[in-house]
Amino acid sequence: MSRALLVRSAGPGVTVQDLGRPGYLAFGLSRGGAADRLAMAEGATLLGQSETLAAIEMGAMGGTFEATEDMRIAVTGAPMRAHIDGARLAWQASHVLPAGAQLTIGAATEGSYGYLHVGGGIESPARLGSRAAHLAAGLGDRLQTGDRLAVGPDPNRDTGLTLDAEPRFDGGLIRIVPSLQTEFFAEDQIARFEATEFRRVARGNRMGVPLRQNGAGFESRAGLSVLSEVIVPGDIQITGDGTPFVLLCECQTTGGYPRIGSVLPADLPRVAQAAAGARLRFQFVSMEAAVEVEAQERARRRARAQHLRPLIRDPRTMTDLLSFNLISGATAGEAHLEERV
Amino acid sequence: MEQRVSPWPRIRTAGFDGLVVSFADHLTEPANRAALAFSDALKAAGLAGVEESSTSLVSAYVRFDPLNVGHAEMRVALERMLAERDWMAADLPTGRQLWHVPTAFGGAAGPQLAEASAAAGFGEADAIASISGQRVRVQTIGFAPGMPYLGELSPAWNIPRQTSLTARVPAGGLCVAIRQLVLFPVATPTGWRHIGQTALRLFRPDEETPFLLRAGDEVQFDPVPADALRELAEEPNGGAAWEPLP
Repeated sequence: MSRALLVRSAGPGVTVQDLGRPGYLAFGLSRGGAADRLAMAEGATLLGQSETLAAIEMGAMGGTFEATEDMRIAVTGAPMRAHIDGARLAWQASHVLPAGAQLTIGAATEGSYGYLHVGGGIESPARLGSRAAHLAAGLGDRLQTGDRLAVGPDPNRDTGLTLDAEPRFDGGLIRIVPSLQTEFFAEDQIARFEATEFRRVARGNRMGVPLRQNGAGFESRAGLSVLSEVIVPGDIQITGDGTPFVLLCECQTTGGYPRIGSVLPADLPRVAQAAAGARLRFQFVSMEAAVEVEAQERARRRARAQHLRPLIRDPRTMTDLLSFNLISGATAGEAHLEERV
Repeated sequence: MEQRVSPWPRIRTAGFDGLVVSFADHLTEPANRAALAFSDALKAAGLAGVEESSTSLVSAYVRFDPLNVGHAEMRVALERMLAERDWMAADLPTGRQLWHVPTAFGGAAGPQLAEASAAAGFGEADAIASISGQRVRVQTIGFAPGMPYLGELSPAWNIPRQTSLTARVPAGGLCVAIRQLVLFPVATPTGWRHIGQTALRLFRPDEETPFLLRAGDEVQFDPVPADALRELAEEPNGGAAWEPLP
C-alpha cells in the first residue's frame, strides 16, 4: 500500500489546503488556500520542506488521524489539544507519528485554524493546479471518516524541533491601506473607524470574518449603489447594516459593498485567526509603510529556519517524555540528542 | 481630489498589491468595451511585474508585487497604456462565441418569473418573449467561478434587486435585476430574482475548458418546456450550442 494518512474522524471544518490557485481571478475563482498562510510557512520550516506542499487545515476542531507508516508531522497555527496514543503532543513542533498510532487533535484553545503538516506533504489529486479545497467553488470537500490521503515521499528525518509561533491568535491592531473605495467614506467615518474596537462575530468562515462594534454603523457617501469591483483578500467591506466584514482567501471575486480599506498581507493571518469575541482595531498606514512592513515580513520568513530549536520536554510531563523517546528512533542529528537529556 | 475635465479613466489602488483602472462609475456599453479591451491589451503587453489581471464591469485590475515593481512605477506603466488610444472607442474582443442556451422559464424552473415580469410591466408570456428575444453579452465573469453578468437588457428590465434574499437558486439558474441577467455556477442564495433554469455547467474544473463562457461572448436564451431540462443535462454543455461571432 502506498504511504497515506487515514482520517478516523474529522471536525466540520477540516480540509486539505495549500497556497491556493492564483491566476483564475478573471474567471471568477478566488485564490483560496490556507486561511493562515503564515502557519503553512511555519509548518514547512519545522519539517524542512517547501511551503507549497499541502497540509490539513482544521477550523476550530481537529480530528483523529493514523499513518500507514512512520511519518514525520508538524502542528502549527491555532493551538489545539493534541495527543499520540494518549501522550500529550507539543504544539508548534515536529514529531514522529508511528505507523498505526492514533493522533487525536481536539478543540482550539485559542485562535481559529490549526494545521497538521506531514513530511512529504499531502498528495491528494490537484485540480486546476492546487490541492486546496475551495468549498464555495465546489472544489474538494470537507474531510470525513474513512478518507485516505496519499502522502508524498519524505527525504528528511529531523523531528523534535520547535519554533516560536508569531503571536496572532488574540486579535489586536491590524494595519490597513486605503483602497479603491476608501474615498467614499468621509473623514469623520474614517477617524471613528480607526478609533473603534471591533469584536469578531462567531459566524464566518474561510470567505470572511464578520465584525461588530458598539455604537453606530459606518456608512459611505456612495450608499449601497457602488458598482461591483474586484475584491482581494484583506478588503474590509462595510455591509448593509454598517458593520465591517473582512474578506479572506476564499472570498467572492467581485462585490458591490463599499470597502473602507484593505488589510496588509502580513496582518491577515491575525484577522483569520481571531476567534469569536476577539478584539480588533484598525490603523491606516501609507503604502510606503506597508511596503516596508512586507519587506520586513519576508526577511523574517527567510530567516525563520535559524530560529528552529530542539523541543525541550517539561520534566513535569515525564510520561510524554517516555512516549516521545520510544518513537525517537526516527529522528536524527542534534534534536535527537537533546530529546534524550 | 484634483479638478479635471473628466475624472475618467482613473487608476486607484486595490489593496496592498493591486491597481484598478476604471473607465466609469456606472455601467455603460463603451466603458465595458474599454475595460475588456484594456484588459486584453494588458495581457498582450506583458508589463513587467504583472502577476495577474482581470476585468470587472467597467474596470481592469492588475496584481503585482510592490517589492518588485513599485506602485508608482506600475501606475506610470498603466498611464502610458491609457494614453495609447481612446479605449472608450474600442471594439469588442476577437474570438467571441454566440451561445444558444435552452432555458425553461417560469413555474418551478423560474419561481419568480411572475414577480419579475410584473415589476418590468409585462405579463409572463410577454416577459419570456422579451428576454428570449434579446441577445445579451457577457459583460464580465466574476463573483463565483465562471459566473457571467449578461446585458444590457431593454430599459423595462431596470428592476431593483430584492431587499431580502431568495434562499437558494440551483446551479444553472437564470436570474434578473437592473437590466442584467446572471447565471449561477453553484447553488446560491441571491438578491436577484430567479426566472428560469438552464442545464449549463458554467464551471467544470476537471475538463479541458473549465470555464464555459468568456467576457464578450453573446448569449440567447431559447425557451424550452421544463421537462426537457433533465435530458438536456445529459448533453454536452447542457444542450447549448455555439457559433463563432465575426
